[in-house]
Amino acid sequence: MDDPLMLDANAVAGDLAEMFGFDVSGSVHRCTNCGNQGAVATLLAYVHGPGTVLRCCICHEIVMRWVRTPTRIYLDARGAAYMEMGLS
Amino acid sequence: MPEPLAWQIATVTGVRPESAEVKSFTLALPAWRPHRAGQHYDVRLTAEDGYQAQRSYSIGSPPSQTGEVEVTIERIPDGEVSPYFHDVLRVGDQVEVRGPIGGYFVWEPALGGPLLLVAGGSGVVPLMAMLRERSAAGDDTPTALLYSSRTLDDVIYREEIDALAVAKDGVGAFQTLTRSQPPDWTGYARRIDREMLSEVLASIGPQPLAYICGPTLLVEAAANGLVELGVPPARVRTERFGPTT
Ligand SMILES: Cc1cc2nc3c(=O)[nH]c(=O)nc-3n(C[C@H](O)[C@H](O)[C@H](O)COP(=O)(O)OP(=O)(O)OC[C@H]3O[C@@H](n4cnc5c(N)ncnc54)[C@H](O)[C@@H]3O)c2cc1C
Ligand SMILES: [Zn+2]
Repeated sequence: MDDPLMLDANAVAGDLAEMFGFDVSGSVHRCTNCGNQGAVATLLAYVHGPGTVLRCCICHEIVMRWVRTPTRIYLDARGAAYMEMGLS
Repeated sequence: MPEPLAWQIATVTGVRPESAEVKSFTLALPAWRPHRAGQHYDVRLTAEDGYQAQRSYSIGSPPSQTGEVEVTIERIPDGEVSPYFHDVLRVGDQVEVRGPIGGYFVWEPALGGPLLLVAGGSGVVPLMAMLRERSAAGDDTPTALLYSSRTLDDVIYREEIDALAVAKDGVGAFQTLTRSQPPDWTGYARRIDREMLSEVLASIGPQPLAYICGPTLLVEAAANGLVELGVPPARVRTERFGPTT
């Protein structure tokens, strides 16, 4: 995991807020693959490909990925078993 | 639930040099919202053909500075966005931004400490927002800053950091210069390593709340070092800036 281009998911919190309607970087997710639970911001972000990929910081499997066109975002979140978001 | 983030047009109201390759830009915001120390704004540049480049910049100013935010940007010579700020944007110019963003890499006095701040290069920006917030709130959380720069000329917020070291209000400032050091330099002279981290930890205790920010590989090394020294991973928060700085 010594990729100099790797970021924290916090770096894409703005894009996530576009999809979820509010900032989910502090919300809790669970990794479908290994069961790790933690803040969305602890995911590792890869932003230099054609889309954005968020990987688990423990098992490194893909938790979420999305691509955007000028008018749409296509989100694949099957790597997140659940998410827990505060409502206030 | 807070309203969704919208893009807005900021106006540059001030430009200040901080070091050889770094300037601070004051951005006045029509829809300013209070931020938490450690948050960032996204900046978006749009070319005439519709091509867009988007980057994140941490907020250096404390939330008590209303109506505007200050971002501090290092000029990356072959970069797309940072040279635009340095070479093109002037006072009075406009730029598209959205924020404040981020609900995890944030600190406020209620989160407590002891607080360990580790920065490389422009990674000091969000950590300085935390230090400014701490002093604006009159907070006395024991705090240590470990800041790595290439040379003395690259140190951002130098006077403010020197002042921290003498203020005796519970903030210890440790610095390392990795590329060259002036003859009278008394700080560290190597990259951040485990021994350095353990010396800094000794000044505030072994179980700090740690915030590490800067170039990805520096953040990686410092975070691994702290965990090896026994700091619980859940108390180590990171903000990787990427390959640059
Ligand atoms: C949350 C967050 C907060 C940040 N806050 C600040 C801040 O306060 N101050 C600050 O100065 N910076 C900050 N950054 C970094 C900033 O967002 C930009 O990455 C930086 O300014 C460089 O952008 P640029 O467009 O100038 O350079 P880019 O055009 O992105 O290029 C930068 C350099 O990286 C190399 N590079 C880029 N992409 C690749 C690639 N795919 N493969 C190989 N090399 C590549 C380029 O060759 C170049 O040398 C922050 C980053 C994040 C994620
Ligand atoms: Zn996992």
